[in-house]
Amino acid sequence: MSNEANLHGHTEVVTTHPVHHDEHHVHHHKETFVTKYIFSQDHKMIARQFLITGIIWAIIGGLFSVLFRLQLGYPEQSFPILETFFGRWAAGGKIVPEFYYALVTMHGTILVFFVLTAGLSGTFANLLIPFQIGARDMASPFLNMLSYWFFFLASIVMMSSLFIETGPAAGGWTMYPPLSAVRQASLGSKLGSDLWLVSMALFIVSSLLGGLNYISTILNMRTKGMSMTRMPLTMWAIFFTAVLGVLSFPVLLSGAILLLFDRNLGTSFYLSDIVVNGEILSNEGGSAILYQHLFWFLGHPEVYIILLPAMGMVSEILSVNSRKPIFGYMAMVGSLFAICILAFLVWAHHMFVTGLNPFLGAFFVLLTLLIAVPSAIKVFNWLTTLWRGNIRFTPATLFAIGFVSLFISGGLTGIFLGNSTIDIHLHDTMFVVAHFHIVMGVASFFGMFAGVYHWFPKMFARYLNNTLGYIHFWVTIIGSYLIFWPMHYQGLAGIPRRYLDKRAWASFNQFADLDKMITVVSIIVFAVQLMFVFNFFYSIFKGRKVRTQNPWKANTLEWTTPIVAGHGNWEGEIPEVHRWAYDYGKDGRDFIPQTEPIGENESKDH
Amino acid sequence: MASTATVHQTKWWSGGKSPFNLEYGKLMMWYFLMSDAFTFGAFLISYGTVRFSQNFWPDPNVVFNAFPGAGHANLPLAFVSVMTFILIISSVTMVLAVHAGHNNDKKGVVKWLFWTIIGGLAFLSCQAWEWTHLLTGEHAALVNGHIELLPQTTSINPWGPLVDHSVAIDALKNSTPQVIARLVHEHDASHSLPHLLSLPKEELLGMVNTAELHVRQTGPVAFGGYFFGITGFHGFHVFSGVIINIIMLIMTQKDVFARRGHYLMIEKAGLYWHFVDLVWVFVFLCFYLI
Repeated sequence: MSNEANLHGHTEVVTTHPVHHDEHHVHHHKETFVTKYIFSQDHKMIARQFLITGIIWAIIGGLFSVLFRLQLGYPEQSFPILETFFGRWAAGGKIVPEFYYALVTMHGTILVFFVLTAGLSGTFANLLIPFQIGARDMASPFLNMLSYWFFFLASIVMMSSLFIETGPAAGGWTMYPPLSAVRQASLGSKLGSDLWLVSMALFIVSSLLGGLNYISTILNMRTKGMSMTRMPLTMWAIFFTAVLGVLSFPVLLSGAILLLFDRNLGTSFYLSDIVVNGEILSNEGGSAILYQHLFWFLGHPEVYIILLPAMGMVSEILSVNSRKPIFGYMAMVGSLFAICILAFLVWAHHMFVTGLNPFLGAFFVLLTLLIAVPSAIKVFNWLTTLWRGNIRFTPATLFAIGFVSLFISGGLTGIFLGNSTIDIHLHDTMFVVAHFHIVMGVASFFGMFAGVYHWFPKMFARYLNNTLGYIHFWVTIIGSYLIFWPMHYQGLAGIPRRYLDKRAWASFNQFADLDKMITVVSIIVFAVQLMFVFNFFYSIFKGRKVRTQNPWKANTLEWTTPIVAGHGNWEGEIPEVHRWAYDYGKDGRDFIPQTEPIGENESKDH
Repeated sequence: MASTATVHQTKWWSGGKSPFNLEYGKLMMWYFLMSDAFTFGAFLISYGTVRFSQNFWPDPNVVFNAFPGAGHANLPLAFVSVMTFILIISSVTMVLAVHAGHNNDKKGVVKWLFWTIIGGLAFLSCQAWEWTHLLTGEHAALVNGHIELLPQTTSINPWGPLVDHSVAIDALKNSTPQVIARLVHEHDASHSLPHLLSLPKEELLGMVNTAELHVRQTGPVAFGGYFFGITGFHGFHVFSGVIINIIMLIMTQKDVFARRGHYLMIEKAGLYWHFVDLVWVFVFLCFYLI
């Protein structure tokens, strides 16, 4: 009793809280179209909503990059298609320089936040948490629904900023002041920036509601026997992702609110000594660097918010498809935890050239390079999981392996950038663009694709077309390397990022053909993504039907639910868990589901 | 009741039960508060960074020395002490409401929630007065060699260092009759403002009580931005808390919790309320005391 008394100090709630709201799932209440497909509180439907909204955003964000790549590859040429899409922003088929900034800003914002944060975490956290820990739904299905609709609202606001007269925000996805704070500074700093900030505030609310739900669900609602260390690594990854989000997004909120005040209430949080068009602004005493601190305190954890769910899914998919236990489960959990902690301690490596004290910079270099340790642990564990495995090369497996490849390639260039001295040369060059696109952008996309191919049968009770999947994989992996690898050379040669037209610098002309190649490949890769989208929607309706409950012969709980799981997931009792999720190839058996009790003569090691 | 021995064998983390023996809502509230603490933390750290980068920062004893109905009496920090007291008392009444909830005492919950709401509204009213007072104040500040009467806003700060008396007298001579008339009126209300404005400037200058003339340079504008920004954000939290408490009150009245058999919702609202109070302690410390 003493234990319980300490927890509560009163008597009527001393009863242990069972995995809650079992009661209203046994009977199916009538669902209308609106409650089933629109304001749904079912985690599976919310996951689909996040995924499809994310796909729409990805098409827009990707299209932007392809269109501005046209101009980057062929700066002298004009493209009527640009005018078709952008109207007066590309009058005569050439992108207006101001609008190029708007395009890169929106490309970054959309892909980082709307696709790889909401689209990725939102989809797989919602889909997998209740399934894999054995719960009827999320802790609060209602807040979960709100989380999607706040994301939807944020999307509407951001989308509407694309169509206003002065164009969307154009200060870069990081929105550094004073450019983003002073209305006169550029077209994109007018209404577009206000809409960007409002949209991000809504987005942060969405992410907070989601994150609180993911954390409390994973901690509180695991089924009987599902101890934390029996959870699949997807759950650990999503758990740490949610912790990162809950603790870092509020700081961005503070930063965004202050920026909104600077823009609209005449405050001087970030502004001091500014002259625009010969006019001296009255703002004084603020610090533009302050914004960078607030931004990157979110911004750096944000890259792990994007990456960790992909890592978790890759771990799961590689283990299932090599028919081997994941190598070093506890090391995987430990390195996720280490990454989670270090993510909060390295933000200033984005700020080495802001005048940051070099002495202080040295600590940030050290902490940054320390991230290589857990990252390497993870890489080696993935490779050793694959090692001598009986690998099934499904599209999901290929994308998971592709993730590992990209994570290694992109991670290595991180070591260059993490050194403050080398960063002075590489800062704001194409090297940085190459680095983060490979390690965070494309790699996370690969994790996401792997997840979509792997769990599509669970989401829609049909398979994606495999042939299209293989084409999708090979073109995307080769294309990604062809696009981003050469950018390292451009960066080392000193080409800055965010430049529309480099022809004025004779020394950069050597890269003209390379730029053309990158543009052509990016068109091909984008076309193949559209093919994936076709595959996705076609397969929802016409794909090969799933006929067995457990098509991948996996151990985790989601495959013990009916092929089309109703609201509540399991028809009878929620199954009890007796073992970890990775008993593959044990005692001569191909796989042993988590629900199977430990046999009498079973060998000890997991 | 389980014996101690069996309790020790309970595997809290093995699934099938909440490891903290909490229902999810309370857990979520704790995590939300942690998140919110980071928001306020970011604000206050930003404030500290900018404040300590300035050469001069206004003395809170000078800025916050007014009291409703006390005219020009110098009562440093008196009013904000009252505000703080009100908010802390409202935390006490919240504790009593939660305690009444534990005892399933509906009447007690209603009574103490009511007083908590009153406390919250009183705090908000005080804040409204304080803001209005600052935003509509008229403080003599030296601007370009003459005196202007400035309020404390998000972009103007009249609380810089005191100006030498001789400089102030010179500045007075360069000031407009309107400003001088107001300075006279401020210390001696026996003449009406329209009357003063009809007098020639020379005569007005003679009427100024120069011994009482305190003119300051303009101060750091960041002061107002952070003050209104952070106390406003906190006030918004108090406002949300009052709304939540009102909803709790209505739900209690309608026996929603009595039917559930527990008043856990009151406890969660209480967590939020205490958090908002705790944040105020930090805001109070950073803006009024340091």
